[in-house]
Amino acid sequence: MAMNGKGTFLDASTLPVKEFDGIIVGGGGSGMMASLQLAKSGMNTAVVSKVFPTRSHTVSAQGGITCSIQSADPDDDWRWHMYDTVKGSDFIGDQDSIEYMCKEGPEAIFELENMGLPFSRTEEGKIYQRAFGGQSKDYGKGGQAERTCAAADRTGHALLHTLFQANVKAGTNFLSEWFAVDLVKNQNDQVVGVIAFEIESGEPYFLKSKATVLATGGAGRIYQTTSNALINTGDGTGMALRAGFPVQDMEMWQFHPTGIHGHGTLVTEGCRGEGGYLVNKDGERFMERYAPNYKDLASRDVVARSMFTEILEGRGCGPDADHVYLKLDHLGPEIVHKRLPGVTELSKRFAHVDPAEHPIPVVPTCHYAMGGIPTNVHGQVISQNPDGTDKIIDGLYAAGEAACVSVHGGNRLGGNSLLDLIVFGRSAGLHIEESFKAGIKMDDPSSDDIDYALRNLNRVNVSQSGENFVEVKKDLQKTMQMNFGVFRTEELMENGIKEVSDLRDKSQNIHLADKSSQFNTARVEALELLNLIEVAEATAISANERKESRGAHSREDFPDRDDENWLKHSIYFSDTKQVSKRDVNFRPKQVQAFQPIVRTY
Amino acid sequence: MNAIAASEIKTLRLSIYRYDPLKQEKPYMQDFDIDIPTEKDLMVLDVLMLAKEQDPSISFRRSCREGVCGSDGLNINGKNGLGCITPLSDVAKSNKLSIRPLPGLPVIKDLIVDMKQFVDQYKKVKPYLITDKKVDTREAIPQTIEEREKLDGLYECIMCGCCSTACPSFWWNPDKFLGPAALLQAYRFIADSRDTATEERLEQLEDAFSVFRCHGIMNCVSVCPKGLNPTKAIGEIKKMLVKRAL
Repeated sequence: MAMNGKGTFLDASTLPVKEFDGIIVGGGGSGMMASLQLAKSGMNTAVVSKVFPTRSHTVSAQGGITCSIQSADPDDDWRWHMYDTVKGSDFIGDQDSIEYMCKEGPEAIFELENMGLPFSRTEEGKIYQRAFGGQSKDYGKGGQAERTCAAADRTGHALLHTLFQANVKAGTNFLSEWFAVDLVKNQNDQVVGVIAFEIESGEPYFLKSKATVLATGGAGRIYQTTSNALINTGDGTGMALRAGFPVQDMEMWQFHPTGIHGHGTLVTEGCRGEGGYLVNKDGERFMERYAPNYKDLASRDVVARSMFTEILEGRGCGPDADHVYLKLDHLGPEIVHKRLPGVTELSKRFAHVDPAEHPIPVVPTCHYAMGGIPTNVHGQVISQNPDGTDKIIDGLYAAGEAACVSVHGGNRLGGNSLLDLIVFGRSAGLHIEESFKAGIKMDDPSSDDIDYALRNLNRVNVSQSGENFVEVKKDLQKTMQMNFGVFRTEELMENGIKEVSDLRDKSQNIHLADKSSQFNTARVEALELLNLIEVAEATAISANERKESRGAHSREDFPDRDDENWLKHSIYFSDTKQVSKRDVNFRPKQVQAFQPIVRTY
Repeated sequence: MNAIAASEIKTLRLSIYRYDPLKQEKPYMQDFDIDIPTEKDLMVLDVLMLAKEQDPSISFRRSCREGVCGSDGLNINGKNGLGCITPLSDVAKSNKLSIRPLPGLPVIKDLIVDMKQFVDQYKKVKPYLITDKKVDTREAIPQTIEEREKLDGLYECIMCGCCSTACPSFWWNPDKFLGPAALLQAYRFIADSRDTATEERLEQLEDAFSVFRCHGIMNCVSVCPKGLNPTKAIGEIKKMLVKRAL
């Protein structure tokens, strides 16, 4: 075969092919939910994951999975959850998708429990649910709800391991420690698989399939300070953009209020759900001023902005007045250590405090991409026709954080990401299963199509000189942090766009000095940079284009929400670098649509 | 203790195990001098990443960098642990630190071991719920708080491999002795009130090797980065097996 190890140029004629019914790129929650569905239906499925599946970032989710399973409150209603989610999204979440998620959620939760997920329990032997931000009863009129199902504060770990175990049982085929580089498209704009290489041997393959699911998770690593794992580099998003498909609402990045100061690692919103609260240097519980009703459990965008306002106005804590405190010590060691054991561990490790005794120093940290690859509720990827109408891409699906279905709109509620993963991972699996039963016909790609998808791998493999990709990545993270943080202005963003554009030029000329084939992690990192660049540029340009403040996107030069012009999704294409608009769905099937109101907490 | 406070460390002599299967060389230890910022206590993983900036060819696994994904199990100054949550101040001695791959498994490259044997043993214990209780996607299988508490200390395993690769019994018989990680997992399902396959599980474990090669050395307990106690879980399985045989 072609030895990429010596920098040989790869082409379609020598590239080995492996064929599967379905390929899932990504072994986190949504990927393994989709693969489980396919494996159970007897399809020949492969999960392509750059890490062993249980190393995926779903494992870090702490607080829980929000769903109206009527355990804490027998009268709870999925419509109340839907209302909260629509309001949380600042009204640009698609209401058909939110309805589907909230309504289908309970079944998915019970399915997971039946698979063995070790949820914490109530006195009645039911699944334990705790309070989380932005949750209400009776459409915001009935006070704080407790709707987040939890396995202590290790819900993501419990979920991911349970899904891995269920996939082991179902016989899913794992291509573990394989890196997917680019999508392969045929001449009809259909996706027919991916180019990927086995990291251990360095051997590249064309993985051919009639259904490819991008379940590659987030891309928080475009920022300097993030809660995200080192692997969260937006690989699927980069692949989709390079293949000519759009991304949606990429300006919407959630900054989680309680990142551990100096490290970025999270402590869960469940800390505040269990009764913790934030204080400034004067010991004042400042959220009472910003959100008189919900206080510390206002939604994340509101809390993060309030924290930064405290810091900017000189009421921050510590010698540099650059963070605030999360107080838990009043809850007593029993609650802190029993309900929040993981937080206790992280806080001792990274902040050197036992939260049962001392407050944790916290500052908002980049956490979650509300935007991503646009899909419908079946996970089918959507592009846009020239006249602005939706166009479904054959053969390509996306689910989880990589996707934008869009249930989170401008701001995601805590506990909704795990629900998103399992509900839409499953729905993508179901749709693929049904499509296979109905029969899928697709043309094979030409050798030119395959060669085109090999171009980036080839470029990196044969590079003889050029930019240091580690430096380019650092500069990218710095400019994103400086210019596209919690508070944004046109001046900063224009500067940021220029810098990102320069870094993109550099990224086209990166040099991989080490050409060895076996477990060459430098090659993986070089290719990841190309994905980070795509995501960062999409974020930068979309952010500057949205001339309003909504959800997580907060502009000092346009401080108000502008429903007249921007009750819309933004759609961005990488090849034209243009942003267009797409209608938000206001057509749920079983309830009346929730109309935009002023969003207060 | 010779542990040195982070504020005193300036230049660290870091010694890393290097091996490239494609080069006709034996494995060797390569030294790096790493300048350590003094104001904060770096983790071992941070130091490895600084070394990789000097030499991008150094290979190691990492993902969450907060001790929950289990990627970076390493042998750090002779003891297994996770790079990302092991502070330099705990392990560096006289400004020296030596990092090797987890022992007992084949090395693929540098600090990366082949986890296949480890994962195969895990799969052998049927690490999933088997139940003949009524399963209904409209409700949870009931479980009391007390029943659920029995899983604490069992379900939190992150499959980093630190325990099994610290276990002499696993070194000798990695194919026949299941090792502490897989046995902890086996007991996690035996202990789950919702699982009804205890008999089937015990039967599978009843031979001279699977469980009984554990001699209570307790290296697994002393290295587990999550503070779990596989020896105790293995003891419980042994008790059940003995009871069953009587």
